[in-house]
Amino acid sequence: MPAQALKCKECSTTYPLEARYVCERCFGPLEVAYRPPGSGPEELKRRIQAGPHSLWRYADFLPLERTPRASLPTGWTPLVRADRLAERLGLGELWIKNETANPTHSFKDRVVSVGLARAIELGFDTVACASTGNLAGAVAAHAAYAGLPAYVFIPADLEPEKILSAGAYGAQIVGVKGNYDAVNRLCTEVSGERESWAFVNVNVRPYYAEGSKTLAYETAEQLGWEVPDRVVAPIASGSLFTKVARGFEEFIDAGLVSGAVPAMHGAQAEGCSPVAQAYAAGTDVCRPVKPDTIAKSLAIGNPADGPYAVDLARRTGGSVDAVSDDEIRAGVRLLAETTGIFTETAGGVTTAVLAKLAERGEIDPGERVVVYITGDGLKTLDTVRGTFEVAEIEPHFEAFEAALGRSVAEGTLVTSAEAFGRDSHEAGA
Amino acid sequence: MAVTIKIPTQLRAVAGGAAEAHADGGTVGEVLDGLYAQHGELRDRIAGEDGELRRFVNVYLRGEDIRFLDGLATPVADGDEVTILPAVAGG
Repeated sequence: MPAQALKCKECSTTYPLEARYVCERCFGPLEVAYRPPGSGPEELKRRIQAGPHSLWRYADFLPLERTPRASLPTGWTPLVRADRLAERLGLGELWIKNETANPTHSFKDRVVSVGLARAIELGFDTVACASTGNLAGAVAAHAAYAGLPAYVFIPADLEPEKILSAGAYGAQIVGVKGNYDAVNRLCTEVSGERESWAFVNVNVRPYYAEGSKTLAYETAEQLGWEVPDRVVAPIASGSLFTKVARGFEEFIDAGLVSGAVPAMHGAQAEGCSPVAQAYAAGTDVCRPVKPDTIAKSLAIGNPADGPYAVDLARRTGGSVDAVSDDEIRAGVRLLAETTGIFTETAGGVTTAVLAKLAERGEIDPGERVVVYITGDGLKTLDTVRGTFEVAEIEPHFEAFEAALGRSVAEGTLVTSAEAFGRDSHEAGA
Repeated sequence: MAVTIKIPTQLRAVAGGAAEAHADGGTVGEVLDGLYAQHGELRDRIAGEDGELRRFVNVYLRGEDIRFLDGLATPVADGDEVTILPAVAGG
């Protein structure tokens, strides 16, 4: 499926495959258009299965001239069956796509892999990004591997874990006094003036965004070349959400899987929910908001792909829901104690929306549901601080017995993390 | 009111290569009309047939998105800066 051109999503004007991201005629976003695959499904499947255990196994569906010879191994993350979570929520077949297993612990490694590879093909000598946190680490790490200088622009008040883990790779961190939308605006201006810089999510964004399609390809392949019935995924800019659907669509069109694009359910935090508000209001106009939420990685108040996300949710029989900060914390806890996956706040948003859909009875127990957990809890540790107590004791058996002996004897400690949290220490989600 | 308008790189070709322009007006909308009077082709790129901004065009007054103010009716003061930028997704 060779890339053919960049095409405006609004007015369909086409441009060569250069570092452009916006239509000069109407300012609409550009995306990569492809020729139909040159081979049939059997040959495509054979090529995928013969590929590496990384996102590059889907190179036939990515906008690069050639697959990078070496890169940080990204993608092919576990699809984890979540029976205990399903049971808790009264659902049937539930799967977690665990994106914390990527090199910098979030799905951003996928988009950066593709964006950086294309930036190198186009001759850029420096990489940069506007980030809500996860992208910062991914750009810094992949740039370090490729040996390119990196400039990472973030809101100055970002979680310290995200700032520290990005700075560790040697990138120049630029803390901007303002929210993400101010950072994004600044980067849009800077990218216009620094011609040798590739801002992965600004001037090479059409290529970068394609990386998110691999989330869908992997899901389909890991399910034995089948499409799930429903998908729950977070929405910040709306890019991941729309590209996941596009990935399923491309596999269906190529004959690799049968069926339809899943019902797409988007998840936002109430403190930054322009897309959920537009969905609820029955419009596709996403009025910008000033974010105020603990889910900082989703705190984009002016989401450029918002109108497409709303349209997609409606078209596929999905929805866009928003949850409160308390529900987000409870979501982080729920996922951790039922699946062993510790997610950051964005995953708490996604899990909380899943719980909400289950409660509303929108998911039939016969349906197969896939939830995208896009980032790692180690990057937002404050979320769980104070939600449980550490039993601090002297190093003697008697002290242990005195402090915890009874609950061990009753079996509450070892059999149920939930009991540990609620009964033994009265600290819960 | 003389206002400075910053023109994004994508629109400079239809603005005679200029990165900045100056226009008079009492509101953002009037300032943009002044800009269109100087560079006629810009109107069609920035605004739809109804005169409203196209949905992927962001306009800022002194760094604030005008959708948080009064939109095109937002009053401007002498020496203000209006910035036009394309909407870009991030994350």
